[in-house]
Amino acid sequence: MRTFTTLSGPAAPLPMINVDTDQIIPKQYLTAITRAGLGKGLFHDFRYDMEDRERPDFVLNREPWNEACILIAGENFGCGSSREHAPWALEDFGIRCVIAPGFADIFFNNCVKNGILLIALPEDNVNTLMADAENPQACRMRVDLEAQTIMRASGETVGFEIEPFRKHRLLEGLDDIGITMARAAEIDAFEARQKAAQPWLYGADIPDSAG
Amino acid sequence: MSGPKTLFDKIWESHVVAENDDGTTLLYIDKHLIHEVTSWTGFERMAEDGRGVRRPDATLGVPDHSIPTRNRAAGVAGIGDPLGRGQVEALIANCERFGVPLIPLTDLRQGIVHIIGPEQGLTLPGATLVCGDSHTATHGAFGCLAFGIGSSEVEHVLATQTLSQKRPRNMRIAVAGDLPPGVAAKDMILAVIGVIGTAGGTGHVVEYAGAAIRALSMEGRMTVCNMTIEGGARAGLVAPDETTFAYLKGRPMAPAGDHWDRAVAHWRTLASDEGAAYDKEATIEAADIAPQITWGTSPEDVIPVTGRTPDPAAAPDEKRREAISQALDYMALAPDAPIEGVAVDRVFIGSCTNGRIEDLRAAAAVARGRRVPDGVGAMVVPGSGLVKRQAEEEGLDRIFVEAGFEWRDAGCSMCIAMNDDKLAPGERCASTSNRNFKGRQGRGGRTHLVSPAMAAAAAVSGRFVDVREMLS
Ligand code: SF4
Repeated sequence: MRTFTTLSGPAAPLPMINVDTDQIIPKQYLTAITRAGLGKGLFHDFRYDMEDRERPDFVLNREPWNEACILIAGENFGCGSSREHAPWALEDFGIRCVIAPGFADIFFNNCVKNGILLIALPEDNVNTLMADAENPQACRMRVDLEAQTIMRASGETVGFEIEPFRKHRLLEGLDDIGITMARAAEIDAFEARQKAAQPWLYGADIPDSAG
Repeated sequence: MSGPKTLFDKIWESHVVAENDDGTTLLYIDKHLIHEVTSWTGFERMAEDGRGVRRPDATLGVPDHSIPTRNRAAGVAGIGDPLGRGQVEALIANCERFGVPLIPLTDLRQGIVHIIGPEQGLTLPGATLVCGDSHTATHGAFGCLAFGIGSSEVEHVLATQTLSQKRPRNMRIAVAGDLPPGVAAKDMILAVIGVIGTAGGTGHVVEYAGAAIRALSMEGRMTVCNMTIEGGARAGLVAPDETTFAYLKGRPMAPAGDHWDRAVAHWRTLASDEGAAYDKEATIEAADIAPQITWGTSPEDVIPVTGRTPDPAAAPDEKRREAISQALDYMALAPDAPIEGVAVDRVFIGSCTNGRIEDLRAAAAVARGRRVPDGVGAMVVPGSGLVKRQAEEEGLDRIFVEAGFEWRDAGCSMCIAMNDDKLAPGERCASTSNRNFKGRQGRGGRTHLVSPAMAAAAAVSGRFVDVREMLS
């Protein structure tokens, strides 16, 4: 997994609440068996009109935000479907950090797995950063995960909280499966205990005959 | 930790493999359901890394999201969209390669992943169950800790049968008293979401309790738990009881013989202890719940059918005002206007929320002897092949067809519109599914979430009506 240490660049404002993962990447992008090119579909219905032409007024279609690497959003960002295509699309577009008052749980986990930093901040701080992001002269920010700070264009910094395990995973870019595999003996022992106590949880193959 | 425990505490604690150094818990996963949309990447990377599926016997695959609801006999070849077909083909090939059992497209038991788990008796009390799909919450109806995961986590479970998770908090939602006639489990959960909001359950596992929950059938409980994710919580739970055991007994994958007795004895110990503490609690009076209908583009945008759309001018703050205005605009609804009487173009009865036999019976009871007016397109999509067969044995298909509904094959269909079943831009739909997000049922489509009886009432009336007036 890609590590996350620091990130600098334009932040794009998306002042909407309850942006669901269907909005982040709609269903027509879910049928492929490749992740390539998902950035094209990011926020598809906001970015393109019914004839698939770019909407010039949408923020990610305008300079400097078409190069945004940070997104400032409203509360409950990423709610709805569990599709990991949402972080894949953000990353493919180039966005590696989202700042909002709150995020949905599954989306949060999916982002950590893909090296995307989500920062939950109090509403007031989000409003300040949103105002910065809306101003092309002030929209550049620098996020430092180790120091847990966001530096505004004015040079002021805003601190943020992050759970230590998430910070650690992002900084190190850890392979979760490799880490768990190292605990194989404990998993074996758990299974042996559980199989003795609840044998019905084992070997229940789906029967062949229909009905 | 001793002292009184909740149902959630008991299931969680009995599945701890180890506490990780970083404060997360390595949790054992008993059952894993997979479908075509979220599993290919996990299999692909496992193949690259030379890893195998740790417990094929705990895993079951079924294609459901992008399959057609007509001409099922054609099998995979009948999937018109080449990308969707490729995804289903990949699922079949991956299951074969990794030895994972699969219910194929042409099998009578094929259906929506969250319908077939319970139907086959795979979903069990006290177990942990995951699927790369947010509506995995459905299985919580059995007192099974079930939650949706992303594709990276799917891979983690395939390879290790575990997940590293942060322990969620406990939340209890009680629905007290009796549900009034004409009011369904769907209305109950929509009313709950209206009260707690779409982020009300974030970070929590919700236990549903109270007399109205206890009185629900297993299918009603599944409808309630299904939409838990729409309230922000990943999992919902109902304590297993005699209703649960009666439903499970004799199902193909449920324990049998001596195992059955031992299992039931274990399941009886799972209910929350007297005096167990919750981090958050809410109580709703069942008697206050009327048939519900969503007016906007988030499941929390819900009102009773007798209610009025909101007035943005009365919103508490600017962001909310903007959100209401945008939603009304998208839905082409006037502010502060009655929802009853709004005309519909399409009606969809189905999905993992409301695609089970009791849902179809409730809809058929309204449709019987009535007629869908010209200009309205109504379709019924059973949640599985077995639900379809049962409905046909009961003659429900004839009631629907005579009333002018289309009778289709099982799948997700217009809940997500990944197949050909979708709304045209601007079309307004009464839907028994779970998400009224913008474009969910087709770009520019307008979705109103309702119960099966309310959907059938809208179909035969051509507009939204209070189904209670049709049930006398
Ligand atoms: S019916 Fe809808 S909500 Fe349920 S699994 Fe299918 S797409 Fe998801």
